[in-house]
Amino acid sequence: MSVNLRNIALFAALAVLYLGTAMIYGWNLTLTIVNMGLISAVMALGVNMQWGYAGLFNIGIMGFVALGGLAVVLVSMPPVGEAWAAGGVRLIFGLLVGAASMVAAVLVWSKLPKGRVRGLALLAVLIVGFTLYSMVFDPAVRAVEAVNPSSTGYLGGLGLPVLLAWPAGGALAAGAAWLIGKTALGLRSDYLAIATLGISEIVLALLKNEDWLARGVKNVTGLPRPVPFEVNLQQNPAFVAWARDWGLDLATTSSIVVKLSYAGLFLVVLLALVWLVETAWRSPWGRMMRAIRDNEVSAAAMGKDVTRRHLQIFVLGSAVCGMAGAMMTTLDGQLTPGTYQPLRYTFLIWVMVVVGGSGNNWGSVLGGFLIWWLWVMVEPIGQNVLSVVTMGLADGSWLKSHLTDAAAHMRLLTMGIILLLVLRFSPRGLIPEK
Amino acid sequence: MDILNAIVALLNFVIIPGAAYGAQLALGALGVTLVYGILRFSNFAHGDTMAFGTAMTIIVTWGLLALGISFGPLPTALLALPFGIGLTALLVLGTDRLVYRFYRKVKAAPVILVMVSMGVMFVMNGITRFIIGVNEINFTDGERFIINAREFREATGLAEGLAFRTTQGITLVVAVIAVAALFWFLNRTRTGKSMRAFSDNEDLALLSGINPERVVAVTWIIVAALATTAGVLYGLDKSFKAFTYFQLLLPIFASAVVGGLGNPLGAIAGGFVIAFSEVTVTYAWKKVLTYLLPADWAPAGLVQLMGTDYKFAVSFAILVIVLLIKPTGIFKGKSL
Amino acid sequence: MAEPFLIGEGMTGGYGGADILHGCTLAVEKGEIAVIVGPNGAGKSTAMKAVFGMLKLRQGRVRLAGEDITALTPQARVMKGMGFVPQTHNIFTSMTVEENLEMGAFIRTDDYQGTLAQVYDLFPILKQKRNQPAGELSGGQRQQVAVGRALMTQPSVLMLDEPTAGVSPIVMDELFDRIIEVARTGISILMVEQNARQALEIADKGYVLVQGANRFTDTGKALLADPEVRRSFLGG
Repeated sequence: MSVNLRNIALFAALAVLYLGTAMIYGWNLTLTIVNMGLISAVMALGVNMQWGYAGLFNIGIMGFVALGGLAVVLVSMPPVGEAWAAGGVRLIFGLLVGAASMVAAVLVWSKLPKGRVRGLALLAVLIVGFTLYSMVFDPAVRAVEAVNPSSTGYLGGLGLPVLLAWPAGGALAAGAAWLIGKTALGLRSDYLAIATLGISEIVLALLKNEDWLARGVKNVTGLPRPVPFEVNLQQNPAFVAWARDWGLDLATTSSIVVKLSYAGLFLVVLLALVWLVETAWRSPWGRMMRAIRDNEVSAAAMGKDVTRRHLQIFVLGSAVCGMAGAMMTTLDGQLTPGTYQPLRYTFLIWVMVVVGGSGNNWGSVLGGFLIWWLWVMVEPIGQNVLSVVTMGLADGSWLKSHLTDAAAHMRLLTMGIILLLVLRFSPRGLIPEK
Repeated sequence: MDILNAIVALLNFVIIPGAAYGAQLALGALGVTLVYGILRFSNFAHGDTMAFGTAMTIIVTWGLLALGISFGPLPTALLALPFGIGLTALLVLGTDRLVYRFYRKVKAAPVILVMVSMGVMFVMNGITRFIIGVNEINFTDGERFIINAREFREATGLAEGLAFRTTQGITLVVAVIAVAALFWFLNRTRTGKSMRAFSDNEDLALLSGINPERVVAVTWIIVAALATTAGVLYGLDKSFKAFTYFQLLLPIFASAVVGGLGNPLGAIAGGFVIAFSEVTVTYAWKKVLTYLLPADWAPAGLVQLMGTDYKFAVSFAILVIVLLIKPTGIFKGKSL
Repeated sequence: MAEPFLIGEGMTGGYGGADILHGCTLAVEKGEIAVIVGPNGAGKSTAMKAVFGMLKLRQGRVRLAGEDITALTPQARVMKGMGFVPQTHNIFTSMTVEENLEMGAFIRTDDYQGTLAQVYDLFPILKQKRNQPAGELSGGQRQQVAVGRALMTQPSVLMLDEPTAGVSPIVMDELFDRIIEVARTGISILMVEQNARQALEIADKGYVLVQGANRFTDTGKALLADPEVRRSFLGG
């Protein structure tokens, strides 16, 4: 970022916004917003890589974020020994059988000559493969899910330190992105959007329904944390003494300290990522990406493999989103597939990128913090505005109660209108690309 | 072996629901494909246009019922449908005026328009929720069945009952009428032909004196009619919920792409391909097979390829296969 | 001599950047054929587009039947009686031949059946294939559809951008015959041609453009006879 006054002023204004929030609502709440702001900024950074650097329109961010969340469960939860004993190996074997029959089907399709034989062979492979798969897989799933269903009923994870889940989440998201990119990149730009929309719906369907994997809508709670628990702090004599010396409330202070430690971890990741992408952007690779984005035709004519480069950046950007998803689930301490809404995890991130400034990493960071703040604050602000508007109406009148109820939906409208206004009147965003 | 019962079960659980759902998807996909053909972008706001149109129709339906007007054995919503279409047309024409027209003027890249349509999607969704709330609404009235399962069993003496709901019948009839009217309009009227010409070759259409703004306006009105009709039929058949229509976006896009984006015939074919694939893959075939196979061969499991929760995966898988093998769709896309 | 029916006079301009045309003048009389020839990149098509208003002129005027139409859009010029056949993408491929012709008549509010019959008389093959999608026709037939479409507005001037590009010599001769027939009905023809020799043979007037400016202007016959034109532009 060119250090100019305008950008400094923008970040200063952001800081004032957050400070003001702290004055009114207290540090505890403000730090909650800051933490999600940090995570949002990382997500926005990932989307900005795809959109700002390569013009790829990803409308399935939610899916990649959810995969990151899944990674936290798979990496950090302790394995459920009983479930593994009940059918874990068989389940894995079933999945392998399924994968093998898919490979066989693809081989049949690509190796056999065109004609009726190929069609019949493909059908046979699919039917046999599916039958075998369900014979092995279904009983295993039943067995695993029957193990203590109210508390486990799934295979558990690897029991590794939770911080390892962050890169793992990135890797999981990258894998999904690679599959999508392979299919839809190189075709019309709309197709990628449609395909990513599809994959994110499927990831969510998997998370909600495959109980053996991550307990589905029964949620996985009590995920390990990379920072101490508030209770532990409150029982730590040194901490108690320190708080007493400063005359601080013990409960609030412990909560703030925990949130600050999370914020520290997230900040390290965010700054490292910004540094990495900025460096990459100035490297020959970045120059090539820009050349491709600015003129695909001439870049292709110069022998650049545009589709391959697009795949690369699409996978990288999705990996960043997956990592952010893992960070978020770590912060929440639980995986709740039912709460993933495209509105929140796809659309909102887009608003951040566009408002912040497409193609500018610092813009994404600014947009992430600003829009997240708005997202949290629109509802109370909307309530206030509406209560002023409806002041003249009689209490309990139909219109008044309808309007008050509808305030909950103000977010959608506000965010949609912000996006449309920025796209229309200031398409380069708050911090334009250099 | 009991072929008759098997056929009835198949009709009851696969063919009739599949056909009704296919007709709903086809109408939705027609709207998407028209916007793509004329305005040249994938309209992500289409699902929420359907939701808005349905919400408007529901409100008018309530109004009619409050006035004591109903449609006899048919759902009152059918009487309200023209009003719903009118209100939706006003909304999309207003949206075009306020939002899309600017991007047409500056000749923005399609991907920008897709993004803009996403913004429109959320505004529309917000408006719909603001007006009608988020609760599930059942707005069908009149006769529930054309053929009742119990009466069918008594009349035929078969073990398997056949239920043909009024909403399913209406879906099929209305869809046939709507599609016939659309094709008559596109192929027989001057305005319809000018739309096809515009979709085929914009520059030449301009040279021929075809007014692009008029073509666009007519397109939006037709899209509003198709979206509202599709949304109301779907809502009558299932029920109305403000955000289920967003989830229809994927099967609708899959239908349009499978048939060839921009091709109306393809959209219809694609709608039925997707609907029947979804229904057959998520249907538990145990019942039909039990009738067909010898007694000791009867399957133990449900013989269901995939849980109904994965119906999106079916649309998606078909979409991916088409994109891999024939990205222009079954019928060649990008022409009207 | 009175002013020509259609004249683009002293036209200077280009597509945004540098000028492509430098004081170029083109004109055609009522019922005559004017042909623009010249080497590749001479600005032939650009000059024609300038006359039709598809290019912003920095200098110069375009007048049709004495009326200044410089400021009009191409669509408005169609209304004034100018027909234009682009070099490529000049038909609606997914529509039938007859629908193509109907679209040509889109701006007409009167009955165009008479014109349709005239076009079918001029191009009998089109009548035969009237219900076939135009995209399925051969190259020469497509050009006939394109010309037919432009004739449906009953223009007083028909502008053709390389009507014979990519068709066989036999088809080319036939197309030229048809163009002469069109001119005999009183329609002025202004066309750009790659096949300079054949085109000049049917031309009442020929323009040789080089680098966006007039190099030679004369009757078709005179240009064909001019040794310098022959040497430089007609391959000896």
